[in-house]
Amino acid sequence: MIQVVCVKQVPDTETRVKVAADGRNLDPAGVTWVLNPYDEYAVEQALRIREQQGGGEVVALTVGGAGVQTTLRNVLALGADRAVHLRTDLPAPDPLALARALAAEIKALEPGLAWFGKQAVDDDQGQVGAMVAELLGLPCAAVACAFALEGDKVTAEREIEGGREVLELTLPAVVTAEKGLNEPRYASLKGIMAAKKKIIEEKPAALGEPNLEVIALELPPPRAAGRIVGQGVEAVPELVRVLREEAKVI
Amino acid sequence: MSILVFIEQRDGQVRSVCREALGEATRLATALGGPVVGVCAAASDPGLAALGEAGADKVLLAAHAAFAGYDAAGYTRAVVAAVEAVKPAAVLFSASSMGRDLAPRVAARLGAGLATDCVSLAVEGGRLIAARPVYAGKALQKVAFPRTPALASLRPKVFAPVSPAGRSAAVEPLVLDHDVAASRAKVVRVAAAGGGKVDLTEAEVIVSGGRGMKGPEHFALLEDLAAALGATVGASRAVVDAGWRPHAEQVGQTGKTVSPKLYVAVGISGAIQHLAGMTSSRCIVAVNKDPEAPIFKVADYGIVGDLFEVVPAFTQAVRKLGA
Repeated sequence: MIQVVCVKQVPDTETRVKVAADGRNLDPAGVTWVLNPYDEYAVEQALRIREQQGGGEVVALTVGGAGVQTTLRNVLALGADRAVHLRTDLPAPDPLALARALAAEIKALEPGLAWFGKQAVDDDQGQVGAMVAELLGLPCAAVACAFALEGDKVTAEREIEGGREVLELTLPAVVTAEKGLNEPRYASLKGIMAAKKKIIEEKPAALGEPNLEVIALELPPPRAAGRIVGQGVEAVPELVRVLREEAKVI
Repeated sequence: MSILVFIEQRDGQVRSVCREALGEATRLATALGGPVVGVCAAASDPGLAALGEAGADKVLLAAHAAFAGYDAAGYTRAVVAAVEAVKPAAVLFSASSMGRDLAPRVAARLGAGLATDCVSLAVEGGRLIAARPVYAGKALQKVAFPRTPALASLRPKVFAPVSPAGRSAAVEPLVLDHDVAASRAKVVRVAAAGGGKVDLTEAEVIVSGGRGMKGPEHFALLEDLAAALGATVGASRAVVDAGWRPHAEQVGQTGKTVSPKLYVAVGISGAIQHLAGMTSSRCIVAVNKDPEAPIFKVADYGIVGDLFEVVPAFTQAVRKLGA
């Protein structure tokens, strides 16, 4: 079975956000770029399935500028067999444009499973996986925190308010991964060496018309300075008083 | 032009978070000059006429036995059919687990732009502008929509419902041709978490613990405080990664972004990825033994001290208020 894992290169979660001169995008200066954390769970699950099935192919797929190939190399080092880079020099295509470009490529690959992280930790949209499923007419388990495959039947669980939904799907299907789905592996030295010889195929991304227009990126107003109400247990009555009388929250 | 709102129901009950979306729809409809129309998929009418109180002029009901629980394919068809019938300027969803799942499917089907987890909507020069936190709240992105309808999901606990208008909404059937058998994904079961707790994203009050709790066994202290405050328990990434608490409780950039009325951070130093997820809380209280901890830079009120003494005393004091 072919599995496709769609990944995104994002700023590390410790990044302090600075706005670029255009007032609409992140200033990339000094940013450390990493594989989107949720994509790690997607990659891991695809690799485990390939291992369980004793064969098949895991193809990493991404959209972005020249710099994203370092992230594809990391996914190859984890164990993906090959990678496809859909090239665009637009700084941040909108989710539907991304979904269209990815769907066209995924359709051609005819995978049994297409994997995504539940959202990218940069724009936090959380749309692309479900959109790809809809564009391709595939069933989708979004935000999966548990996954099992038997034959062509998938059982997945997703967290909802106050509980979990259990879904059953038939392959081919799309799954987007939530933290907790599994414990992702680290790249081995052998994997890192092997990745250097694996193929990254580059082609233009078919993004189509934009569907959202980013007009501004702004930093949130800083919170007004608070105050230390006191030290230790003695401060508790004062804390309760201010929460009740000033903040009026209890 | 009209504003369409997806009305979410579980177990035959309209979820209260929809009232927030209806409230915002009412404000937008005033600016754009059109009615507020709801669309609901359910097995039978969950009392939709009462949503007139929350601002709906009319609600379209797609009734089907298969719609008792969430059916992604069927609900998508229902919303798309409503869009085709109503031709709204905007379609609003709650950024709940259901709304987050459904909205992208509808957007893909309509070929429409979707902005998720919005914290404000505005009409500027006749066009809709959505503001949404990005990088888990480290920045705010403003987006416009090149075409109509504009789709947006709204972060829970941010938008105010309208006060009761003393009227009822007209409920009209939405006829769908829906083939249940064609659906290749089905929700087969909903497993409830214990205690009927309010989800973090919808909680009014959150009590979160970090590495300063020293071990999973000490979270009982926070559960007591949470019970006294009517709060939901949250956790930092460090304690989730250590396996002390489940991921569903994680607040921050790889967990949940929350905006409660009161956020109590206990034994949390305040890593940037945690602060990103909770700085939009209305009031923040921090308890930490390190006076230099970054959490005190965002806290409205802080106590420097040993949490193992402060938290039980705080719990006692809150219980006394209630007594």
